[in-house]
Amino acid sequence: MEVDRTPGIRPRPSLWRRLDTLGRQSFPAAVTAIGMLLTAAPLGLPGQAELLPGFAVASVFFWSVFRPAAMPPPVVFALGVLADLLGFAPLGVRVLILLFVHGLAVGSRRQLARQPFLLVWLVFIAVAGGAATLEWGFDSLLSLRLLPSSPAIFEFALTAALYPPLAALFTRAHRGIAAWERA
Amino acid sequence: MIRLSIPLREAIEKISLPFLMAAAIALMLAGRMDGRLADRARMAFADALTPVYAGLTRPFSDLRYGLGQLQALWDLHAENDRLGAENAELRRWQAVALALEAENARLKAELHWIPDPAVPFVTARAVADAGGLYDRAVLVALAPGVTVHPGEIALDAHGLVGRVTEVGSESARVLLITDLNSRIPVRLAATGARAILAGTNGPDPDLLYWPPGTMPSEGEQVVTSGIAGAFPPGLPVGTVHYAEGGTVEVVPAAELGQLSFVRLFDYGLHGIISPEEGQAGGGGHGG
Repeated sequence: MEVDRTPGIRPRPSLWRRLDTLGRQSFPAAVTAIGMLLTAAPLGLPGQAELLPGFAVASVFFWSVFRPAAMPPPVVFALGVLADLLGFAPLGVRVLILLFVHGLAVGSRRQLARQPFLLVWLVFIAVAGGAATLEWGFDSLLSLRLLPSSPAIFEFALTAALYPPLAALFTRAHRGIAAWERA
Repeated sequence: MIRLSIPLREAIEKISLPFLMAAAIALMLAGRMDGRLADRARMAFADALTPVYAGLTRPFSDLRYGLGQLQALWDLHAENDRLGAENAELRRWQAVALALEAENARLKAELHWIPDPAVPFVTARAVADAGGLYDRAVLVALAPGVTVHPGEIALDAHGLVGRVTEVGSESARVLLITDLNSRIPVRLAATGARAILAGTNGPDPDLLYWPPGTMPSEGEQVVTSGIAGAFPPGLPVGTVHYAEGGTVEVVPAAELGQLSFVRLFDYGLHGIISPEEGQAGGGGHGG
């Protein structure tokens, strides 16, 4: 027999309630995937090629720190494959980078989640730097030549700058639409 | 849902990250060993997404068009004056052109000139940015029933855009002339000197290897050369510009930053990219 670990009064798990919970649980992954698809659309923005990996890293980092249950490793893997396919990058590179970011974020989330925003951002900047270095390194390794580092540096700067506005949006979602405690 | 005991679930959670990292490395190696497999997966994915992007871009292009109309309304008077002046100038040139056309026709008739064959082309909408950190490329949507081959030349209304590198059933990928891997044989229009146009991933590709004694001059027209059979000769590429630091760049004539439509010309030139080999490896789209 199953033991109810959190006894209390709660609504009946009707179909709609379950759908609601499912929607809220899948919000982080869905919003990351849709955002990545949107950044690949031809909007004619300057630096758009660097926007996609930057957005992916920032989103995976945020949700891994603040809602890791909604950003499990298999989901991160799938998002990485999506990023690789969309960006025509060598297959697997962004998968590995996103998994690294996820691993770092989940590993330090107990300390990070309690820190003020500025400190989390500083940690993220370091993570973004690592991600850009890894991407440059792997792309160079896989194309068997030393690629120029300036695109990677630009991507790093863009990723770091992208985090605060994204985090502001995601924090609202984290407390509202993505909160399945509220379902 | 399968119910697992808590220690087992924790163990699976702990092992899944390293396992997936190993899978990512395996994916990397697989993509490296068989580039065609990765390309096929990408093009299948791009094919599936192309209709979505085509739908997505419509409101944006409508918005851009609307804003352009507003702007035009605002500048109506100044624009009218400018056009009037330009029209007067063009009328003068029209007279010159008509005289030259007549002369040209007469000379060609005397020489029994064989006219250039008309080249078949299709017009396609650029639907997505298919570039990455080290690529500059766009994805174009193909109408059903239209076949395009790798190696076809893409032009917009103003000049050379790039070349088709990968083809799916509903989309094709065009590698831009600004891509890091792009090397295009060109000719300086004024002197006839040959050079190489090398993409840098920046907005303006570099001009390299012009013969000694023929310095390219600022603002000089650059056109493609037919060397190596990769491009037909004489397509407009851009104009020479001396950047800060003395590097010679070419400002592309095509509006590569905001491509909406491109024409894909089948010159039958697959000199460098053969249909099979073009998809075999990532480096195959150099040339």
